[in-house]
This record gives sequence, structure tokens and C-alpha cells, in this order.
Amino acid sequence: MIKKILIILFFSFNANAALEVTIAQGKVEPTPIAITQIFGADSDTARYGNTLRQIISNNLTNSGLFYTVNEDLYIQSDNLVEKVPRFEDWKLIKAQFLLSADVSKIDKGIRLRMRLYDVFNAKEIEKLQLTIPDENLIRRVGHTVSDIVYERITGETGYFDTRIVYVSEIGPLDQRVKRLAIMDQDGHIDSHQFLTDGKNMVLTPRFAPNKQLITYMEYKNNLPRVYIYNLKTGEREIVGDFPGMTFAPRFSPDSQSVVMSFSDPNNAANSEIYLMDLNTRSRSRLTNDSGIDTSPSFSPDGEKIVFNSDRGGSPQLFIMDKNGDNIKRISKGRGVYGNPVWSPRGDLIAFTKLTQGNFHIGVMDLNGNNERVIVRDFALESPAWSPNGRYLIFHRQKRSNLDGTGGEVTIHFIDITGYNERIIPTPRDGSDPAWSPLL
Amino acid sequence: MLMVAGFFLASCAATKTDQGGDVDAASASASSSSGGEITAGTQEDLIVNVGDRVFFEFDSSELTVDAQATLDAQAAWLMQYPDTNITVEGHADERGTREYNLALGDKRAFSVYSYLAQAGIDTNRMEYVSWGKERPEVIGSDETAYSQNRRGVTLVSN
Repeated sequence: MIKKILIILFFSFNANAALEVTIAQGKVEPTPIAITQIFGADSDTARYGNTLRQIISNNLTNSGLFYTVNEDLYIQSDNLVEKVPRFEDWKLIKAQFLLSADVSKIDKGIRLRMRLYDVFNAKEIEKLQLTIPDENLIRRVGHTVSDIVYERITGETGYFDTRIVYVSEIGPLDQRVKRLAIMDQDGHIDSHQFLTDGKNMVLTPRFAPNKQLITYMEYKNNLPRVYIYNLKTGEREIVGDFPGMTFAPRFSPDSQSVVMSFSDPNNAANSEIYLMDLNTRSRSRLTNDSGIDTSPSFSPDGEKIVFNSDRGGSPQLFIMDKNGDNIKRISKGRGVYGNPVWSPRGDLIAFTKLTQGNFHIGVMDLNGNNERVIVRDFALESPAWSPNGRYLIFHRQKRSNLDGTGGEVTIHFIDITGYNERIIPTPRDGSDPAWSPLL
Repeated sequence: MLMVAGFFLASCAATKTDQGGDVDAASASASSSSGGEITAGTQEDLIVNVGDRVFFEFDSSELTVDAQATLDAQAAWLMQYPDTNITVEGHADERGTREYNLALGDKRAFSVYSYLAQAGIDTNRMEYVSWGKERPEVIGSDETAYSQNRRGVTLVSN
């Protein structure tokens, strides 16, 4: 989308192997980066510059991999887009990287020029120019520049130019009004938008990996069914014609199918996993067991599906082939497992686990080994991966009380190392977050 | 696995006392038809004189003996008012994932629905729906609330 709108001119220097920030377990010391004022010649462009600087600085800081060196310390105050920085000045204040940019008005919109420097090696590592056709795209440009800086320095794919769809919640806990809502990954209020009006309860939205679609469950006319919401047109369409509840939907990696649960009234309303081809409208049943089978999630190569089943007596995690063959249990620990989600890198399963009165969100290898708890609390649910597989978002709910107080539910972000947890702000309560692919 | 079983048993034990108490209360009111201003054949009649709900043990959709007794009374009541249609709602407590609880709620609703069907109620008069853990009866994060929320509720829909 934006990649088509923006004319991005790269002058990549392909500097000898980008400086890599290790993703090994454990706490990462954030890398200090200085971001100069983003210069603009008039009041409009100066304002765009301030907004951009704030977005970029927040994004990089929130990643946990960077911190922005305090502006008050900067010795050199020039625009460094057309001028070689005095690297000694930046070294002195311990900035390891330096970003400078300016904004100007041109015939067809706004032009942003940006340069990224490696201070310690005294060299430019990135230089680019963007043409922004519409000032409404400023936030996305900020995210795009953040992604470029993040990628150039860490060697990992960025995740800032992405969105989060979630369920906005308000009202008493026994009559919650739940609406679909969408926002930028930073939760900025200017990006926030409701997608449904709250008349019908909605649950568990998930993005299509490569289309502007969201699949979710809605109680329309009190019939709980899986739907698809088209972000371009705002249209909603039911997925298939099923005589019972359909729920727990997720797209296949090619976005051509939806895998979900169906409780068939002709099968004692026991939930089985079905695959629904969105083009041919044909459906295939993947599981066949007297236990509950739900929460399916595809591997990124589309070959396997991880899911939740109580076929062994208590809810555990299983992996099967995409056609339902070769079912193997993978969860090994003690407790009740749920919500398995395959990582976009393909090597980990995120999950929830209920044990000893607490929920845990963790990750495990594909064979169930190396289970690691990332966060533990009274009520945690709905882990969702960042598109680069480094972070999880999830929701956390407080205990509720007989008098109706408590029960607040909020969306959180955490590095899979277990560090750098923070709240993603939402105007009301929020649950069931899901992350879009990189736009 | 052994530890999981232990956890379940502990929950069930705690539940049974709660459930026993509630169902006894329900059947007591069913036998002493209070009449008064209550219109026969309505939801209020069902609640006061029969009992509109049954309770389930943790992570189970099986009908307890007490639940079956309540449903026998509901079936008799539905026979008595043949123009009455119902929707059975299945619910779960909050100690499970949203999706698993939707599945569990549907199994619970279906347990009630099929019991009533076997007791002779025409399935054309009945619908069922799962609300998972989304519509608790009692707000609270303790076993007292949970035992009230693991329920199947019969609602008069006309």
C-alpha cells in the first residue's frame, strides 16, 4: 500500500555486515541513538518534523533495543542531511548512531530526506528520500523510517508500519459491549478507529497475512459465526453456511483459506477443526475426536497446524499435518494449555497455560521442548506475534469482585526474552489483540 | 498428568457443595408452587416454580444427577405449555481460554438441549447457543462466582 504511494529512493551502501543486536535470550542493553531535530522551513513542515521525530523516537525506544540520547546534550545542532556530522561531538555524548532528517514542501506533496550515521565508525549507513503525497500519511512515514533504522542497525525485519486489530470493551462485566477496533502498533489515538458499532458481540479478530481482511467471530442475530471483515470496503461476509457455531478462525499463510472450529449439532456439538477454502467455498474436516478441538494456527509454510484439544483428558497442544494426519501432542508441562500460535519465523509456538491458579504466556519449541514462561499473572490470554517474531502482544485482565468492580482488561507488549513489557494504550478496555503483517 | 488430575478433583470437590446448595433451593421452590402474580408459562414461572438453570462441574459438560432432576421438571413444564419455545444458553467460568470456553459452552448447551429432546420435547421448539465465558451470571474471580457461571440456562423465547 504505502510502498506504492511513496517513491522510495534508496542509496544503500551495503556496509560490511550491519551491526547486529543479538536476539539471544537475556536482556539487551539498548543502543543509544541521537535523533536531530527534523528540520522544516515553515510552520507546517516544522510541525511534520516534530511529529515524525516523536514517532520515530517512541518506536525505537519502545522496541527495547534503542534509547534516544537526550536532545539537551546535543553539541551540534545543524541539519546533517547535507552536511557531514562532526562525529567527535556525537561520540562525546555516547550516541552510537545518529539520525538526521528534514522536511520540505514540493509540487506533489511533502519531501522527507533522511540520513543515518554510524558514529563510532564515522560513516553514513543509510540515506533516503521519500515523497509523501498527503499529510495524512505522516504517521505511516514515521513508522516506515523507524523500520528502516531498525532494520539497518539490528539486521532484523522491522515491525513499526503495522496495525493491531483488537476487541474494544466497555460496560459491566456481565453485559460487556465488544467492538472491533484497529490502531497503529503504537496505539496512538490519532490512528484509532472502531470497525463495528457494538450491537453484536465480536471476538477473536485476526489479520490475513497478505490481504486487507480480518477474520473474527460475531454473534449476529445471536448466532455465533465466523466472518470476514474487508478493511477496504468495510463489508462483512459470513464464512460458509454452517448449521452450528463456528469460531476460533485464522487465515492460512496464503490468505486463501480460513481454519476454524465448528460445533456440529449432528456431532453432539463437539468442536472439530475445519478448513474452509475461500475461493471454492469447499470445506474439509481435519479432526475427528470426541474431545474439543479448537484454536488452530498454521505454520508459516502452510504445511502444519498447531491446535488445542482435550482429547487426552485435559486441554493440551497438538500439531498435525495440514490435512489432519500425524497428530502429535507437544505440550509436556503440567497444567491446562490453550491459545497456541505459530511464530512467523516458524521455530516457536506461543501459548497460554493455566496452572497453580495463574495464567502463563510462554513459548516452546515445535516438539514441546524448551518451554519458557514469558509472563505470569491471574488472567492472561490471546498471545499474538509481531510480524518479525521478536515480540508478543496479549491481554491481561484483573480480578473482578462481587460488587462488579475490577476486571479491567488491557493490551500489553513484551519482548520474548521476557523483558520490556509495556501497555499499548487503548481508549477503552482492550482484549484479543492481533498484529497485522508489515504493511 | 497426575498433577492435573489432582487439580481437577480439587475443583470438583469445591464445586459440588456449591452446586448441591443451589439445585436444592431450585427444586424446593419447584415443589412449593407459589403462584401469586406470576403468569403461568412465562420465564418468571419457569424460574420460580421449576428452575431455569443447571450447573456443571469444572471443564465438564456432563449433566449431574441434580441437573437431570431440574431438566425433568423443565421437560414436564414444557409439556404443560406446548406453545412455549426456548433457547438454551451454555456458559463457562472465566478460568479457561475464550475459544476453549466457547466450545465447552456449546457442549453444555447441547447436553441440556438433547436431554430435553430425549425427554420428549420437540426440537423445533428449541434452540441452543454458547456464550463461552462472555456473559457471567455472577461477577467475581472466585469459586463461588465460577460455580454459578458454569451453567446451562433455559430461556423462554416467545
